[in-house]
Amino acid sequence: MMYFDDRLYLIAGAALITIGLYALLAHRHFLRRILALNVMGSGVFMVLITYSARTAGSIPDPVPHAMVITGIVVSICATGLALVLAECVQALTGRTELSDERETSEHTGARPDTSDEQHQDQSP
Amino acid sequence: MSHAGSFASMILAPLAAATLAFIFPRLGRWLAFGTAGAVSIAFARLTRLLLDGGVQVHRVGGWGAPLGIDLRADGLAVFMLLITTAIGAAVMLYALRYFNARRSPAEGHQERYFWPLFLLLWSALNALLLSTDIFNLYVTLELLGFSAVLLIALDGRRAALTAALRYLFVSLSASLLYLLGVAIVYTRCATVDLTLLATRAQPGFPLTIAIALMTGGLLVKSALIPGHFWLPPAHANAPAPVSALLSALVVKGSFYIMLRLWFEAFPGLITPAAGNLLGGLGAAAVIWGALNALFQKRLKLLVAYSTVAQLGYLFLLFPLAAGHEGRFTAWSGGLVFLASHACAKAAMFLSAGNVVRARGGRDEIAHLEGMSSLQPISTFAFGLAGLSLIGLPPSGGFAGKWLLLRAGLAAGQGWWVAVILIGSLLAAAYVARVLVHGFTRAPVPGPARPNSPLMEWTALALAILAAGMGFLSVWLTDLLQVGAPAILIPPAGGAP
Amino acid sequence: MTPQGLLLVGILLSSFVPGVMIFFLKERSHGLRTGLNLLGAVVKLVLVGVLVVNVYQGRSFSLTLEFLPGLPFALGADANSLLFVTLSAFLWLWTTLYAIGYLEDSAHRSRFFGFFSLCVTATIGVALSANLVTFLMFYELLTVSTLPLVIHRGTREAMQGGIRYLAYTLTGGAILLLAVVWIQDLLGPVAFQQRGVLDAVVDSHRTELQLLFLLFMLGIGVKAALVPLHGWLPRAMVAPAPVSALLHAVAVVKAGAFGIVRIVYDVYGVESAARLDVLQPLAILASVTIIYGSIRALFQDELKKRLAFSTVSQVSYIVLGTAILGPVATIGGLVHLIHQGIMKITLFFGAGNYAETLGIHRVSEMNGVGRRMPWTTAAFTIGALGMIGVPPVAGYISKWYLQKGAVLAGEEWVALVLGASSLLNAAYFLPILYRAWFLSPPERWPAEHHFGRWETNWMLLVPPLVTAALVVLAGVLAESPFSPLAWAKLIAAQEYGP
Repeated sequence: MMYFDDRLYLIAGAALITIGLYALLAHRHFLRRILALNVMGSGVFMVLITYSARTAGSIPDPVPHAMVITGIVVSICATGLALVLAECVQALTGRTELSDERETSEHTGARPDTSDEQHQDQSP
Repeated sequence: MSHAGSFASMILAPLAAATLAFIFPRLGRWLAFGTAGAVSIAFARLTRLLLDGGVQVHRVGGWGAPLGIDLRADGLAVFMLLITTAIGAAVMLYALRYFNARRSPAEGHQERYFWPLFLLLWSALNALLLSTDIFNLYVTLELLGFSAVLLIALDGRRAALTAALRYLFVSLSASLLYLLGVAIVYTRCATVDLTLLATRAQPGFPLTIAIALMTGGLLVKSALIPGHFWLPPAHANAPAPVSALLSALVVKGSFYIMLRLWFEAFPGLITPAAGNLLGGLGAAAVIWGALNALFQKRLKLLVAYSTVAQLGYLFLLFPLAAGHEGRFTAWSGGLVFLASHACAKAAMFLSAGNVVRARGGRDEIAHLEGMSSLQPISTFAFGLAGLSLIGLPPSGGFAGKWLLLRAGLAAGQGWWVAVILIGSLLAAAYVARVLVHGFTRAPVPGPARPNSPLMEWTALALAILAAGMGFLSVWLTDLLQVGAPAILIPPAGGAP
Repeated sequence: MTPQGLLLVGILLSSFVPGVMIFFLKERSHGLRTGLNLLGAVVKLVLVGVLVVNVYQGRSFSLTLEFLPGLPFALGADANSLLFVTLSAFLWLWTTLYAIGYLEDSAHRSRFFGFFSLCVTATIGVALSANLVTFLMFYELLTVSTLPLVIHRGTREAMQGGIRYLAYTLTGGAILLLAVVWIQDLLGPVAFQQRGVLDAVVDSHRTELQLLFLLFMLGIGVKAALVPLHGWLPRAMVAPAPVSALLHAVAVVKAGAFGIVRIVYDVYGVESAARLDVLQPLAILASVTIIYGSIRALFQDELKKRLAFSTVSQVSYIVLGTAILGPVATIGGLVHLIHQGIMKITLFFGAGNYAETLGIHRVSEMNGVGRRMPWTTAAFTIGALGMIGVPPVAGYISKWYLQKGAVLAGEEWVALVLGASSLLNAAYFLPILYRAWFLSPPERWPAEHHFGRWETNWMLLVPPLVTAALVVLAGVLAESPFSPLAWAKLIAAQEYGP
């Protein structure tokens, strides 16, 4: 029975990763992408934790646990960072999507270097 | 400084300084100076230990792998640390004058965050280079990515923030793929330590998937075609010192991890086909990046696409170092090329920054007239750096290309030769384009604001280093031999 | 580092250090800049003199530094190097003087003279290289240091000329790099050695060596202006006259010809090259270039362009001499290296004088110029007569040896080519001389400048007179033991000797 439970968690983890990856590529809204990344991350963590239960013996392997905890911390930082950046971008561009991949200064008409005072001052 | 102390200082000194710089912004510059000094001393000590005693290992907390975290310094790590320290110091000097709080409150604001982020990036990079297990590499890679993202977004302009956010999305998804790979590796091998993996890894479907995932994530982070799209806007829209750091160092971090994975952890599992695939993508990058650079209208975008092209050369290392002969030649060639590119590209971005700054922020190439008379030192630095990118002797670029060519001929893989040579000519084309515009007579006099000499001279110093690196190539290859991956040394009877 | 090595490095530094220093001088520091320039040139000439004397007394000079793994950076002074080094050092002095005079009111002189000095450093480096890698290094440095000189004026035309120059020379450089890597893959590090280094492998790797030879010729042929790789040269005439003089007589084109000499004699060895059947095609190519260059020169009205095509043609004499088996032809080719240098530089000095003093750029504007500027025109005449091959001027000696060598080697058709070339040379030089001396001058010159009592600035007048005198002396005193001819004989003896 244990074995069957493990498989379920693994499949769930793989599914989460796939869903997350798909959403990341298919959706363009910032929040959806950030959510997608979180879902993907959760999937990876789930895979890790599942394997920690597979060791023979009574105690699960603690190393994957340590990795997952570290991963969660990293993920929180990443999410926070992404959210703040997304908000700044939305405030500056008024849009909630990244524009076309090849961003050149023709659109913004902005000077590329930082010597001019009239540029907005947004601290990330 | 003790053995453990050297390792610790390289990582902790910048980290502590970063925290302090964040809390006490006024001390930013001093903390950076102090850190540079501490790191340099630690690095010197580490190098001495390496040259005298071979590969150095430090077991953090005394635990040891597979449970604890190990830090290891072999020839490759020290080589990369050398580049990092040199370029970090130069960029630091440049940034001293680049951000001038007296000029505007906006710049003071940027400087306030530049120093902590710069120090954090430095710490992350040092930690990455010294790590010896794949999970620690993940953590340090993420740290590196975060500090890079924030540095790109430093000046708060629309283009910069958008590029930073795009880079963040790319970076996070790539890292997650890498982490998934790490997870699978752990399940098969019960360890994440590089040296232990070499003994425990068995060929099989799961590990192949794991390596594919890890490689895929790292390739995107290293901006190999087709994962290169995020790099030009990110590197072009960042402030000049940040662009230098990104192109010279940050993007090499993930490449370094790839080297460790392919040559140390899983050498027996990599097929020649995989190597050829990477080489092919690298070749495509060399040509495609250079062609794009040739047709750019903006100077910093040209330099950024040049990075894409030059990174392609690095990936030629993979098929060449897997050939039946000339492996170490290919390895050292690729790495010498990496070092030279780091110095040259940093010099290029710094001098481009000087030129653009003096023109009040305009960087259209078509309007660069008079550059050679108004900013002669920066123009010269740009040209000298270009020499290295083209691969003219005695630059490090020449030394690297020479070694790669030799490896190609020795391994019987001559087709890469054409790529290397065509790439050189294309590089010459886009460098010449900038210089030709710069030498044209200017109808209007005077720069918008003159540059501080320190800014010009750091750019020139890096360019001279790149242009003369050929003479250092013997010393560098000797350094790389210490603790070089065993796969590179052929069985008895073969030629290195 | 031994004292011998130090001397070699000193010769290189004597132009490198002033060059770097000049970059930092302000535009208005005329005196200091002129002083540095001339000091460097004189020091170099003195050091080269010391070198020559010592080598004659039997001492050897070499220097080796680690460069790439397994490939040292090596300088050395053998007979071939001395030939080229002396030519370069001597002519550089006079070209420097000329350039100072020519650019007296121009902008960006510090930049110009800085790169000027770097260019000469690279040329001397090419001359003193003792192995292929060092040669390649200085060869590419030559390209890089001459580009800013070509585009110095900053006009659109200058830019286009510069881009074309760069495109040709860098492509050649890439091909040369391939050839050097390949041959070293085959043979290990290749140092220049009399009679070449190929004895062991000539028969076993025939096709490979033939292909390599082709690559070498393509790579070096660009700078040596072999047809069809010569396209950059006429356009590069957009550079100021001292640059053209330098490029054609001293630096770039000569380095290319010198490179071919090195490959054929000191890498392949002329015997091995003959065994590989590569000399005939080279001779044919050189002959085509000789005729083609002369024909194109006929149709040029712009004086510098006419001289440019003349260079294309004349430099191939050197290649031709190299491509014919036999010491006599070798002597002819080698001695022409020197003779063509001094003759061509005289002609370019003259052209520069006409442009600077009278605003003349075209042959059609040169009527009666001999009356207005007799000394310059006299020098020009001597150079032109040398080109045609009129005895006893220097050019005659080289042509005589080439023809005799061709006949001795059984290649009579070459003698025909040389004869035709002399006729063509006469056809495009004699009309100029006729115009200059025998037609009456126009009412006003296009853009006249007066220089007091002399016909032109003394710094523009002395160099061509010196070089013209040399042209005469080299011909008249050819049999003396210190002439270029004696030297060429020495080299040929070493190449073919027992």
